[in-house]
Amino acid sequence: MAQEKFDAIVVGAGPAGSAAAYTMAKAGLSVVLLERGEFPGAKNLFGGVLYRKQLEEILPDKWKKAPVERRVVEQRIWLMGEESAVTLGHRNEAYKEPVNCWTALRVKFDQWFADQAVEAGALPIYSTVATELITEGDRVIGVRTDREDGDLYADAVIIADGVNSLLGKSLGIHREWKPDEVSLAVKEVIALPREKIEDRFNLEKDEGVTIEFFGKTSLGMAGMGFLYTNKDTLSLGIGVMVNHLKKKKIKPYEILDHVKKHPMIRRLIEGGEVKEYSGHLIPEGGWNSVPPLSGNGWCIVGDAAQLVNFVHREGSNLAMTSGRYAGEAVIEAKKRGDFSQETLSLYDEKIHQSFIRKDLVKYKGMHEFLKEEDPDLLFNRLPQAANQALYELFLVDGVPKGEKQKKMLNYLKEAGGGAWGLAKLGIKGWRAMNG
Amino acid sequence: MLHIVVCVKQVPDSREIRIHPKTNTLIRQGVPAIANFYDMHGLEEALRIKDQHGARITVITMGPPPAEKTLKECISLGADEAILVTDRKFAGADTLATSYVLAKAIQKAAEEFGPVDLVFCGKQTLDGDTGQVGPGIACRLDLEQLTYVEKVVRLDVEKRRITVHRHLEDGVEVVETRLPALITALQEMNKVRRASLPGMIRAARYKPIVWTVKDFSDIDVSKIGLKGSPTIVAKSWVPEQKPVDGEILEDTPPEEAARQLVDKLWETELPEKLGWDAEREEVAP
Repeated sequence: MAQEKFDAIVVGAGPAGSAAAYTMAKAGLSVVLLERGEFPGAKNLFGGVLYRKQLEEILPDKWKKAPVERRVVEQRIWLMGEESAVTLGHRNEAYKEPVNCWTALRVKFDQWFADQAVEAGALPIYSTVATELITEGDRVIGVRTDREDGDLYADAVIIADGVNSLLGKSLGIHREWKPDEVSLAVKEVIALPREKIEDRFNLEKDEGVTIEFFGKTSLGMAGMGFLYTNKDTLSLGIGVMVNHLKKKKIKPYEILDHVKKHPMIRRLIEGGEVKEYSGHLIPEGGWNSVPPLSGNGWCIVGDAAQLVNFVHREGSNLAMTSGRYAGEAVIEAKKRGDFSQETLSLYDEKIHQSFIRKDLVKYKGMHEFLKEEDPDLLFNRLPQAANQALYELFLVDGVPKGEKQKKMLNYLKEAGGGAWGLAKLGIKGWRAMNG
Repeated sequence: MLHIVVCVKQVPDSREIRIHPKTNTLIRQGVPAIANFYDMHGLEEALRIKDQHGARITVITMGPPPAEKTLKECISLGADEAILVTDRKFAGADTLATSYVLAKAIQKAAEEFGPVDLVFCGKQTLDGDTGQVGPGIACRLDLEQLTYVEKVVRLDVEKRRITVHRHLEDGVEVVETRLPALITALQEMNKVRRASLPGMIRAARYKPIVWTVKDFSDIDVSKIGLKGSPTIVAKSWVPEQKPVDGEILEDTPPEEAARQLVDKLWETELPEKLGWDAEREEVAP
């Protein structure tokens, strides 16, 4: 059979890959969309928040039809003590129109999003694993798959094969992630009747809430948990840095079991039936772990390129936008008839000028900070002290307020290694949050 | 060249079907649709004949438009054409109406793509479990009928004869017959191949041929769909789960387990009920 050559092959039909495939197919390029799962979304995991703006930029007409769960009107942050929590949050009707973000389930969303690319003309090839890149000198000219007669050729390959990027490794730009650059997230989807969800979370119709929590729930390891409301399910999960998991020899599901027993969580999920259980690596190395983004005949996008802002739990929006940018660079390359790095580095430029680089650079010290600081201090002793301090504040027990304030400060000082230690930690933390 | 028709059906994945506890109906929502796997063994056998003797393979399904997915799967594996017979008027068909429409479709395929030499069907579907549609088609088209086939032993294209092994309850029957014939496939027949990449690309581009009621010149509308289906589901219910009251002999070698089982049975009221008042005979190991 004569070798057929496409304009572009996209490897991975997650948000990044489908955005790239859609962008290119819509511009009339011949595109193959490869996916190892039986269908897009079959193998993917995210906490469950999907952002409107970046989706609308890709699908200005169709984004309203996206299969989402609830529009988020309230975001809560909980600092967890043993059986308590310090809570902070914001609820605003203004988040409804225009929508800021939704909760979503990947199994539904990824299929729909990939279908948009297919409708625009991309050829879907699923249940197929791209095992390595085919190169000629320093150019990528195609992809080898695990099927018979499985070589596929194209002018450009967009690598969107996720956090463990097989192709990034085959290209040599991806090393194995160090255990401190990735978190392992485990998640359950728990079924609960709609009315129960709305009652328990103070919601109406399609309103949703997100809760992020950290502190005692991650068992002294660096980690963040989440609880999101879907239509008739809840997404509950927690991500923990892999090096801490290894050190403590704790199994991921044990943390989730622990989380489910916390009184703040327990009563929200009570009576629910676990429908799905999944686990996935989340790239959290930050800007310092981002590999080269393009080369001769290729671009790398989404999780495969470590484009995740873990501080703000943003990932799918960075993925979609990076996919779109890579697609636009390939469209330009097609116009110029030049798919070398010179043209494809347009993709790098777009990333550099966007919120993606700016946000990741802002938090680039965060990963170092979490790596170096004692996780037991940050995720166990300090949260517990903050909870104790607030417990004192609100407890009316005849102790004069002046003494109470002293007591509160003492809790924090003790946990943080004295006033000096606390101040240093504060400064380091501030720096980590600000580049 | 041989012309082989393969009948396939897209069914809900029965491993994931649940029955609603109150309404007693199937919960189809969220259940993935798959190709009835017996049919795929039929397709695989057709593909093997194609590899060996050369053949044209036409796949036919009757079902709603999403059944296109299964047809594309057949194309990816190497079928030449795929036909979706679809119309609201066909809906609600039992095996009588289904075999009528499929027989008409096979006739039409014969008119358009050449006379049909072989028809493959699955032994039965995963959702209906009747095993009646294959024989129904064979009757209507006057084809030699070979059901429950576990192996095609020989196909003599020149003499137009085929020899198969039929798997019966008490053994295997070796049958030779003439073409045209209809075979219903067991899963023991073969191992279904995995599509090649060019096959996948062809399938991704392929648009199945669609035939609606209007496309048939001689169809009797009183024989199709709900109207043409005498079968009535009068009632369906979920059998009550009987509590399991018993003992499982685990981690015991088979002979020892058998011995223990016999011992335990002797201790029950069973021997007395059966009138076995004689002393128990010791059986040599």
